[in-house]
Amino acid sequence: MDFDLMFTSFPKLLGATVVTLKLLSASLFFGLFLGLFFAILRLNKNIFINKFAYGYSYVFRGTPLLVQIFIIYFGLGQIEYLRSTFLWVVLKEPYWCAIIAFTLNTGAYTSEILRSAFQTIKPGIIEAGKSLGISNKIIFYKIQIPIAIRQSLPAYGNEIILMMKGTSLASTVTLMDLTGVAKYIISTTFKPIEVFIVAGGIYLFMTFVIHNVIKYLEKKYSFQQ
Amino acid sequence: MELLAFGKTGWGDELFYATLMTIAVSVTAMLVGFLFALIFTPLKLSKYKTLNFVGNFYTTVIRGVPELLVIYLFFFGGSGAIMYVASIFGYYEYIEINAFITGAVAIGIISGAYSTEVFRGAIQSIDKGQFEAAKVLGISKFGQFYKIILPQMLRLAIPNLSNVWQITLKDTSLISVTGLVEIMRQSYIAAGSTRDPLFFYSFAAVLYLLLTYISMKLINKLEVKYSRGY
Repeated sequence: MDFDLMFTSFPKLLGATVVTLKLLSASLFFGLFLGLFFAILRLNKNIFINKFAYGYSYVFRGTPLLVQIFIIYFGLGQIEYLRSTFLWVVLKEPYWCAIIAFTLNTGAYTSEILRSAFQTIKPGIIEAGKSLGISNKIIFYKIQIPIAIRQSLPAYGNEIILMMKGTSLASTVTLMDLTGVAKYIISTTFKPIEVFIVAGGIYLFMTFVIHNVIKYLEKKYSFQQ
Repeated sequence: MELLAFGKTGWGDELFYATLMTIAVSVTAMLVGFLFALIFTPLKLSKYKTLNFVGNFYTTVIRGVPELLVIYLFFFGGSGAIMYVASIFGYYEYIEINAFITGAVAIGIISGAYSTEVFRGAIQSIDKGQFEAAKVLGISKFGQFYKIILPQMLRLAIPNLSNVWQITLKDTSLISVTGLVEIMRQSYIAAGSTRDPLFFYSFAAVLYLLLTYISMKLINKLEVKYSRGY
């Protein structure tokens, strides 16, 4: 055990954690809206809109995240037309490519989580709202969405943890996130176990925090109070 | 389409073999995972706190740390660890483990953590009376597990194991960082030499979709088979 290496690499890895957290929060933020949007499309009665949303979630859940990042980072740059538009400003940065890929990926999973949450809402609750003369819009925003959010909290908590682990793939497109820096230190010092303990410890700590925050929220918004 | 031609002019045969490699690694990893689950599930269900701790430590650490980091640990640390063990037995030559074994073991350990959780859940949801009834009938410990608990457990576990399989299949794409030529690595090579990454990575995505689609169909059949009688 090389404890000196563990001590010296800790601040470097902690600095890289900031990149990981930035990637995670940005993709979760955009992914939540995307997921909500596609969950609503899934519940649409129009078969084309419905199938389109299903196709989106099927493709992004059925392929590895690594492929998605590579298509966006290496693939899209190949299209000449894209290079001339303003989109190129975003797509030439690995940072934004990673965020786009993570957002699309987590959006697909989130849409499934929210869809099943919407579907498990008892019809009686919506009927009760209707019989009280509340408009459909208010029923959706004030009744369905809050219940759906509560229902989907445990599954969404898992999704946050999966996404946090997913951000490690940013290191494959040259970003120096926690895994990227860990790999760099391992390949320069050839001390994989020491670095793994420190980097893995940081990841575990984040998992622990996310897990407990979700547990707290679940308790706070549970139906029986 | 010329790019996908079989033979020397295209990448069709290379990608075909790469797909077989992905399937081979996934199946091996899944089996390694079962092996780990076989060891750690009893630990998690044990009455002894220390054994519990060992089981929980395994599943918590592996499920809380990115797959890529675990793969790097094995990729860079694998041969070192083997050489250390070998040196105890007086063997000091350089040992290199091939990428297939490194990858299959690394992914297997990850998949094992998920399988352990699935088996634990399945065993815990079997009615206690079943264990007691088996004991009362004087069935041997082996018979209890093999003839009574296992069939019931499999029915409950298969839907979740299907998820574990999908995760494992997708995780194998990460082994490409170690140089094992599976779908992702082959696409990377093809994309590099033809300067057409968009096409090859999209094709890789299609291959993965196909694999997940076919395996889902097969697992559905298994599910029907094991739920007969319900």
